[in-house]
Parts: sequence; structure tokens; C-alpha cells
Amino acid sequence: MKEISVDKIIDVVKNLCIQASCNLGEDVEELIRLGLDREESEFGQYCLSQILDNIALSRQENMAMCQDTGVAVVFVELGQDVHIVGGDLQAAINEGVRRGYEEGYLRKSVVQDPLFLRKNTGDNTPAVIHTEIVPGDRLKISVVPKGAGSENMGALKMLKPAEGIQGVKEFVLKTVREAGGNPCPPVIVGVGIGGTMEKATLLAKKALARKIGEPHPDPNYQALEEELLEKINRLGIGPQGLGGRITALAVHIEDYPTHIATLPVAVNLNCHAARHAEAIL
Amino acid sequence: MAQVKKITTPLKPEQIQDLKAGDRVTITGVIYTGRDAAHKYLAKTLQEGQLLPVDFTDQIIYYVGPCPAKPGQAIGSCGPTTSGRMDAYAPLLIEKGLKGMIGKGPRSPQVIDAMKKYGAVYFAAIGGAGATIARSVKKADVVAYPELGPEAIYRLEVEDFPCIVVIDAQGNDQYKIGVEAYRLAD
Repeated sequence: MKEISVDKIIDVVKNLCIQASCNLGEDVEELIRLGLDREESEFGQYCLSQILDNIALSRQENMAMCQDTGVAVVFVELGQDVHIVGGDLQAAINEGVRRGYEEGYLRKSVVQDPLFLRKNTGDNTPAVIHTEIVPGDRLKISVVPKGAGSENMGALKMLKPAEGIQGVKEFVLKTVREAGGNPCPPVIVGVGIGGTMEKATLLAKKALARKIGEPHPDPNYQALEEELLEKINRLGIGPQGLGGRITALAVHIEDYPTHIATLPVAVNLNCHAARHAEAIL
Repeated sequence: MAQVKKITTPLKPEQIQDLKAGDRVTITGVIYTGRDAAHKYLAKTLQEGQLLPVDFTDQIIYYVGPCPAKPGQAIGSCGPTTSGRMDAYAPLLIEKGLKGMIGKGPRSPQVIDAMKKYGAVYFAAIGGAGATIARSVKKADVVAYPELGPEAIYRLEVEDFPCIVVIDAQGNDQYKIGVEAYRLAD
């Protein structure tokens, strides 16, 4: 059985928080660059070139590209042959987040008690942690800092099976249209289809952790991703909602089997600062 | 997109009337930050008939919660937050003399009505361009509600802070104009 110490996990999570916030993945940057080539609106071009400058500057200065460094969403794939030693996994992840947000000069945006007190916890913990036990002896940790501007624009709908493909398309388009300029377009659109209520929303979030622009392996879903992207970019919302051709950079669908009587669909939007970083131990 | 207009704070009525939706501007002078929690406090203060901790007459509020400054920086990353969450409070502040708001995303009809009635303007900064925007902030001091951390009210001294006028004092809305110009039929 492979042993992994919590000290190692703390260190890795700390670094992933800083890396994700200050050094945007080249997958996203490349799509923004391609978007700039295709954007026709002057405001759209201006916004996209400012966004590209900002990516370069934040990388060079090792500072957060966006002040909303989010709640730290952490996906953990824990191999069943891994033994974590020296402490507990959840506490280690939270300690990593605490150190990453402090040492990286990232904003602490988490409030304790969502309804009554709403008091800032001061260290951006707790993280939102999703753990999956998988075969093997590897530990994969993905950190997806999630800003609220885009998170607030997400939605879930329990469709009837009869509403089918058309129902899914209409719901995704409606969600993006109503979000308008709020989620900092150009956005990445994460769509979760199937499972149950909570499974669909989790799939939509997971879709945002995928390499941006990487298509679904199934040709039917891949075609749906392409069609939705085209339709979204016909909405005219454009970069920052000021009008233009590039409203979304990519649509990512994740699917899961579901019940005979239901068709859950969830949409989770991510802003152009589509931060995600991962490490395998 | 016309040439960039340079404006200074505090805003004068003739300056406000000259600004049109779709203008690119740079702002130089003092602006104040304020977002969700601070707005809630400000509204409560006004409702209780108390004096606000900052005089917003002819001033601009920037909807932002900045990152901490690194050593040698005036401020950390500081791009705009979604303005719509402040819509419930903005008309009250506009009525009390606030003349400008900087944020991102559309505003409610109630806010736009107040802007037309009292002569105020709404600017958009580029959401997510927080590192670039931080370069135009020369000084940042907390002036109210320090207990709110990133949500405290800061007094910022800015130089050539880049913005776009999205809703002007006549109620013209660049979000609507822009999207209508680029929307394609299904």
C-alpha cells in the first residue's frame, strides 16, 4: 500500500491554489486568442485583448488575475491502495487552502453561516471537497477556484424525458441568455445531464475541470456541445456582455445514467478566468 | 468606439451630461469601494437617519472586493464585481448624491430611473482583468467597516482607471444596444 503524507497534500493543495489563481492554463488562453481573431465587435476586441494582457501580467507578477479567487472547489480521486498518513485528508486539504490563500495574497471570500451571520472565516476555508474512491494507488487533486459572479448564474432543471434533446438545448440557451454580461463572458458552459438532482449539478461542475475545449468522447454529445456553442455565440452577448460574437469559449457536457422517469440537466457557468489546476501524487 | 475621454472626480453635472453610453473613459482622482455587506450597512445607516461614514456627494463607488496587496503594491487584484447585487441599495445612494458607479453587468430599471432623475452614470470595468486594473490604483486606505475585510470601504486614489460608460444619465444602455447589434436569428 502506497503511503502519502498529509504534509505532502498540504503543500500540493497550497501550490495548486496559487497556480490556478495566478497562472491561467494555456488551454483557456489559446481559446481567448482564437476568439479575438473571430470577434467582430470593437468592444469585444477591446475586452478580449485586455483580458489577454491581464493573463500575461498576472502570470508575470504572480498575482491573482481576478480578485474573486473564489471558493476553493477541490476534486479528489483517491486510489483505494493509497494510505494517507500523519493526519486526515479533509483537514490537510483545508490547511493547504488556508496557506495557499494567505501566501498567494488571494482574497478570502468564504463566510461562515450562509444566512444569519455571514462572517468571513478569514482564511477561505472550508473548501468544497468532492472525494471519489477509484482503483489504483494514485491520488489526484484538482483545484477549481470558483468565483461567485459566474456561480450565481447557474441553474438546474428536472426535465421530463419527453422534453428530450430539445428541452436540454432550450434550457442551456435560456440560462446563458439570462446570465448576459453577469458571469464575465466569454464563458465556459458546464452542462451535467442525467443522474439525480445533485449528481447533475456535480457533473456540470466537473465539466469545468476538464481541459478547456476538449470534446466529449461520445460523438452524439460532442455534436451537441458544438451545436450549443454555435447557438450561444449567436445570442450576441459577446465579451463582457457588451455585444459581440464570442459569448462562450466552450461547452462541456458530462453525462450519467438516469431514472426512467427523469432527465435532470444542470448548467454551471465559468467566467473567462476558467481556473483549474491539478496534480497527481 | 470613440476616443478615450479623461474624467476626474468629484463628478460635475456638465461632465456627467457629456458622457454617453459606449464612451471609453479613464478616471483620475478619488473613488470609494463598496460591495454587498458595505451597502447593507450603508442602507441601514440611512434608514436609521444616521450620517454615512463617507460623504458620497458627487463621488463614484466602485463595486469591488480587492485581493490583499503584496509588499510594494498599493492593492492586489481589483476587478469589478457583479453590480446587480447592489441594485437594491443604489437608488437610495443616488438620491443622497452619489454620481457614479463602477461595476459589471446590467442594472435594474429602478437604478436606471434613479440615474436619470438625479443625473448619475454607470461605468463598466473589465471583469476578470483585476491585475491590469490594480496598476491604475496608486493608494488604498480603509475608511469604513474594517471588520468586513475585503468588503470594507476603501478610499482609492486612481490614475487613468480604464472604464466604459455603459448606462448614461439619459438611460441609454450599452448592454442592450450592443447585444441587439450582434444577435443573430435562430
